[in-house]
Amino acid sequence: MKWGVVTFPGSLDDRDMLYALRDVMEQDAQPLWHKDRDLRNVDCVVLPGGFSYGDYLRCGAMARFSPIMESVVNFARRGGLVLGVCNGFQILCEAHLLPGALTRNRSLAFICERLTVRVENVNTPFTCAAQNGELLRLPIKHGEGLYVAPRDELRRMEDRGQVLVRYVNQHGEPSDDANPNGSMNSIAGVANDRFNVFGLMPHPEHAVEPMLGGDGGLRIFRSIVQSLA
Amino acid sequence: MYITPKRGVLDPQGRAIEHSLKSLGFHNVGQVRMGKYIELDVAAQSAEEAAGEVGRMCEQLLANSVIEDYRLEVEGA
Repeated sequence: MKWGVVTFPGSLDDRDMLYALRDVMEQDAQPLWHKDRDLRNVDCVVLPGGFSYGDYLRCGAMARFSPIMESVVNFARRGGLVLGVCNGFQILCEAHLLPGALTRNRSLAFICERLTVRVENVNTPFTCAAQNGELLRLPIKHGEGLYVAPRDELRRMEDRGQVLVRYVNQHGEPSDDANPNGSMNSIAGVANDRFNVFGLMPHPEHAVEPMLGGDGGLRIFRSIVQSLA
Repeated sequence: MYITPKRGVLDPQGRAIEHSLKSLGFHNVGQVRMGKYIELDVAAQSAEEAAGEVGRMCEQLLANSVIEDYRLEVEGA
């Protein structure tokens, strides 16, 4: 399969994403530029982390209007797979490809740490290589990762299984202590209702080799490969 | 435009300000909400036309309706 990783002005994790996909996953992955409109027939578009357009106004608000995002929105509407990590998740919410929004961490602090998320639904292209309830150790590094959605929308999302990963404690249970940023329902990542768009705050691309402190992130990439096999 | 967090949306900045004000002795303070203020010029024939234009700007870019409310004030040149 073919992957495309978008670079916006201010993207930080585009190179790490390409490294994870090419060098570790041995995939055909190419960089895509924010001014391009051509997605070059990729099967999965990845929006990486960073501070696109300086995160001015709101995180992801400006990136949403870049030329490539028009193509990404059309691609997603046709059912194409889109993965957004951290700032990429924020962009997907701003582009209305995912429900809800991401706001300032409850602590007001930028958080950089390794934590545990639980896989909540394995019947999706992004999680099908994981076990139900599997715990993944992944790093987060963000200042605005508090997930918010209107209560009724959140209920529908939970009912449909759109919450794919949730922050949990060492026992695998969601708890206030284990919720790093104050996200509603301890949400770390959500999919759209068609399950072809997935955004998460933790960074799978930073957890792809034991040398990096763990390879839990491979579950996500392997799932995507498996879903298209 | 005044862009403020919606009621019910956690506003950690507002809460931190509230705590600081209380620690300074302003005990009557409650429900501090912190938002954004944006000022801009717009060429329009009337205040209504300008308000309509700016409202569309808020809907499309300046405010995120999931988490924010906005209100406008229009001044003639």
